[in-house]
Parts: sequence; C-alpha cells; structure tokens
Amino acid sequence: MSAPALDLPVPRPADALPRALLGGAALLLAALLAGLLLGPAAVTPAGLLATLLDRLGLAPLPAEYAREAAVLMVVRAPRVLLAALLGGGLASAGAVMQGLFRNPLADPGLIGVSSGAALAVVAALILGPTLFGAAAGRLGLWLQPVAAFCGGLLAVAAVARLGTRQGVVGVATLLLAGVAVAALCNALLGMLIFGADDRQVRDVNFWLLGSLAGARWQQLPVVALLVLVPALGLLTLARPLDALALGEREAFHLGVPVEAVKRLAIVLAAVAASGGVAFSGLIGFVGLVVPHLVRLALGAGHRVVLPGSALLGATVLVLADLAARSLAAPAELPVGVVTALLGAPFFLWLLRRRAVAGEGA
Amino acid sequence: MIRHVIHRRALLPLAAALAPPWTAGAVQAGGLGRIACAGSALTETVCALGQGGRLVAVDSSSGFPAAQTAALPRIGYYRALPTEGLVSLAPDLVLLSSDAGPPGVLVVLREAGLPIQVIADGVGPGAAEAKARAVAAAIGVSGETLAAAIAADWAALDAPLAALPPVRVLFVLSLARGAPLVGGRDTHADAAIAAAGGVNCAQAAWSGYRPLSAEGAAGLAPDAVLMMQQSLDEAGGPAEVAATPAIAVTPAGQAGRIIGMDGPYLLNFGPRAAHSRRDLVLRLHPGAALPPLPARPWTAG
Repeated sequence: MSAPALDLPVPRPADALPRALLGGAALLLAALLAGLLLGPAAVTPAGLLATLLDRLGLAPLPAEYAREAAVLMVVRAPRVLLAALLGGGLASAGAVMQGLFRNPLADPGLIGVSSGAALAVVAALILGPTLFGAAAGRLGLWLQPVAAFCGGLLAVAAVARLGTRQGVVGVATLLLAGVAVAALCNALLGMLIFGADDRQVRDVNFWLLGSLAGARWQQLPVVALLVLVPALGLLTLARPLDALALGEREAFHLGVPVEAVKRLAIVLAAVAASGGVAFSGLIGFVGLVVPHLVRLALGAGHRVVLPGSALLGATVLVLADLAARSLAAPAELPVGVVTALLGAPFFLWLLRRRAVAGEGA
Repeated sequence: MIRHVIHRRALLPLAAALAPPWTAGAVQAGGLGRIACAGSALTETVCALGQGGRLVAVDSSSGFPAAQTAALPRIGYYRALPTEGLVSLAPDLVLLSSDAGPPGVLVVLREAGLPIQVIADGVGPGAAEAKARAVAAAIGVSGETLAAAIAADWAALDAPLAALPPVRVLFVLSLARGAPLVGGRDTHADAAIAAAGGVNCAQAAWSGYRPLSAEGAAGLAPDAVLMMQQSLDEAGGPAEVAATPAIAVTPAGQAGRIIGMDGPYLLNFGPRAAHSRRDLVLRLHPGAALPPLPARPWTAG
C-alpha cells in the first residue's frame, strides 16, 4: 500500500512529548542551578556541592563553607523552590484556561483569582489588626496567604456560579462574569485603600507587585499541596481539552464529558493559581505568555502544552526571581515587575507575529 | 522538621561565619562593626554618634548627612526590604526602624542569623533622645551626650513657644490630581505641628492621610499649609499650590502662606528634631523671638 510520499516523516502528536519533557526538565534543572549559584551573596559550586553532601549525610560540611551553606539553606533554596512551584502552577493554570476558553488571552486572572485574592489580602492588611486584634499577631505570616487563597477561590466560585445556567457552564458568560466580579473586587479594594493609612497603602502596593522574598521552608509543603497537586491534576485534562478545541458539541460527540471537564478545569486552575498568589502576591504574565511559548516551539496539542508549560513556567519564574534579587542589589525588585517587563514585550511580539502571519487575533 | 535541621546544623556555623572574629567585641566597644541601617532617623543618629563610618548600606529614605550616605549601597524602601541583598552585605548589625518590613522578610533575615535590632520609631517630645539612647546601646557607644544635647535644645524652645498664639496648620502630603492628601491624627506631621505649637486642623477629621475635598478644606480654615519641600516642588511651587481649588478657598491659600520644609528633617524626629522644631516655629511665626540653638555637628549636612 505504501506510496513514495510516505517516505516523508509522518507527524505524530506523541512525538513532541519526550522532547518537551526532556527539554523542559533540562531547562528547569539549569535554571534551578543558576538560581542556587547566582545572586548578590556569593555561593560557589564547591559550596553548593559541600552543602548537598552535608544535607544528604554523605560528608560533613567543611567549616569554610558554613556561610555559603547558610545562605543556600535559609535564603536561597526555599526561594528557588517556591519560584519553581509557583511558576509551574501559574503556567499550567494559564494553559488550561486558554484551552478551556479557546482564547489566547485567558489566564487565571480572567475568572477572578487575582482580583479576589488581592481584595482579601488588602482586607487582611487593613482590617486584620482591627478585626483580630492580638490574634492577628499570632496568625502572623499565615494571615495573608490564607486570606489570598480563600479570596481567590471565593471569587472563582462566584464567577462559576454566575456563569452556570441549568447546570451548563457557558464559557462566554463565564468570561463576562469574570470581568464583572473583577470590577467589583477592584471597587471594594479602592474603598479599603481609601480607609487605609499611608503605610498600609505602600504595603498593598508592594503586595500587588509580587515578591518571593519571604519564602521559607515551612511554606513549601503547603504550596506543594495547593499548587503541585492541582497542577498534576490539570495534566490529565490534555485529551478532553484537545477535543474541546474543536468546539463543545464536537467534543461531546467524541465522548468527552464536557461539563465535568469544564468544572474540573476551573476548580483545579483556581486552586493552583490561588495557592500561588497566596505566597507571592500578584505575578503576572507567567500564566499568559509561557503557554504561548510552548505552543510556538512544540505545537498546540495539550498533551505537550500542559507539561511543557508547567516545566517552562517553573524555569521562567526561577530566572525572573534571580533577576529580581540581582538587578538592583542589594535592594530587590518586585518579581511581578520583572515578569511584566519580560512578558509584555514578548506578548506584543507574539501579537505582531500573528498579525503578520494573517491569523488574526 | 526541616527548620529544626537548618537551625541546628546551618545557623550555628553561620552566626560564627557571618560575624568575623573581631566583631563580637567590636560591636560592644564601638569600633569596627559593620552596620546596615533602615530608617532616616536611625541613619542620622548613627552619624550623629560619630559612627557613620561603620555604615555599609542604608535604605532609600536615608539621604542625610549626604557626605556619609551618598556613596553607600541602597537596600531599597524600608518597608520592602530585600533578603539576599542584606545577607550579601554581611553586616554585623542591622538597625531597623519599628516600621520596617515586610514581616516575612524579617523572619527570614533572623533565620539567616543576621543580628537585627529594632528601634522604636517614636514621635513628639523625647522621641529623638530615646532613639539616640537606643541606637547608641545597639551599636555599643555612649549616647548620653547626644541625648542630653537634643533634650537641652528641645527644652530651650518650650518657654518662648508657649507665649506664641496657636496657628491652624494643614499638612499636605501631596497634591496628586488636585485633591490634597492631608495628614490627620496619628501621623508624624501631626506630631511635628503640635511640637511647633500649631494646631493640626485636620486632626479631628481623620487618622492617617486622606484626600481632602475643596468644601472640606474651607471648613477646616487653615492659616498655613505645610508641605514637604519635595512635594511642594513637584506641585509647582507655593503659587501653584495656593491656586489649587481646595487650598484657594482657605485663609492659608488667600494669604499665600504655603510652607515647604525638607521631609525627613521635618518628620523623622531624629537628632535634628529640635532644630527642625525651631525652623517650623519661625516659618509659622515669622520674626518670633526664639533663642538661637547652639551649632551641633549633626545638623550640618
């Protein structure tokens, strides 16, 4: 049956997967190494190796590396790992949102995560001392993450409820509901800021710009649970999302439980994105731009885009945070500023490219 | 558990490694310890104590005295401190105003073994002396001479000030978008106005800084508008400010009594507090008979 034409390599969807996983893992590994080795405090590869051996219990730490070990273990390692987890979670959530809405502009912010989390954190910053009094001190460092996480989820719940009619999630309605809920949250946020003092307004501003400077080991298990687990869950949605790309009716006829998939996608993406926002403040453009980068390199199949986005998102945020702590040393840039500085021009370039290619937008 | 391991195995050597052998003694003896400082009043106090040479980094609000701070690395805004940037400076002491933050970063800095001393950011009578004593104790020198000099300068103004009539003052933080952002009670500006014998006419209206409407401004009827020189320049100078609707409706606007003073000098209640107080009184009561204060080395920039 074979014809000469079949000598051409036949593109198969699975082909890109090993490439994506290997390439993404290699990039992430390189970024993690760079994140651990570079920065305003000097750490040598030998110091990193000695710390690693010491940690693994293979060789006691030589005294000359004590300082590097402490920088690595107390300041840098938790921060680099937090960046990787959050970046992976944000990018996965973004990829799924873009697939679900069949819209290249979608990211978790679109269904209310960022605005809900921002409102809740600002409320905690400004009203916390009044509402909880001395207890606010005991809740301390957990008050903001808990508030951000709950706020993000509540906003998504409101959006999802407004976007559901007779058990059917209408994607267009969902988008509009997201815009409306975000506007409402922003209005309430404005009210709170009006009632805040000068210091609180500054704190709010810095939270809105995002930072990983407060990263600590104790946060990592929680972040892994809230971000990594839902991000892994999102990976299972690759096939249904591919089917949805054809249209909801077509997906249904292909045997995809469309409503269940939409719900699962929204819930998992909301948990992952809210969990990320909770520990870092708002970090834009990772969820928006990284999936586009992956599609550009490896094609649009979700089997490749979802794991590729997770790995590349982790890589990008680790590197962005490295820039955030290095560029203005010894001061520190907000990491959300770095991601926006890198992401916005890239996104413009992408738009321009699409326009030139005549694909429309 | 991880935290426990880090504490036991990494931090003990770190504390030793971060603090070179001579520091433990030096910090007490007031010689060589390297200080990172966040808070303009604290930086001024360190310099007034003659220890400016020990500073290795200051925050973005610390610009005085320029000779000793201009060349230093900046660690950013004191409410958004860096972690690694501070660790990389390996200071023997980090002096923080009680307003410094964010709290999460302070926790990491403490875990990293940085010796942190928090100094209360007080305002009003006695605040500058308290800072002088607290900073001196933290860096291991005697602060009594400085504290006594500040207290004497401050007290020398008390009697002549009591004889002056109170002036109603409106403190305007900025004129962003035309609505003046006005300081109510619980602000450094409120304390500075009270120290100069003035009445903060927004004191009863609110706490902190709020935008003031034109109608509201007329009701407050300030005799003078006080601003930081930096914001006054940004707003286009006294004439522009007096012509802003919210200010033009007040006696201060009509008389053109718009006063600008350097922000940290006016508001930080550092070692120059008495001199700042005297300057503000003279601006509110031109020609008032106030005793001159002795020349102090820490008031010369």
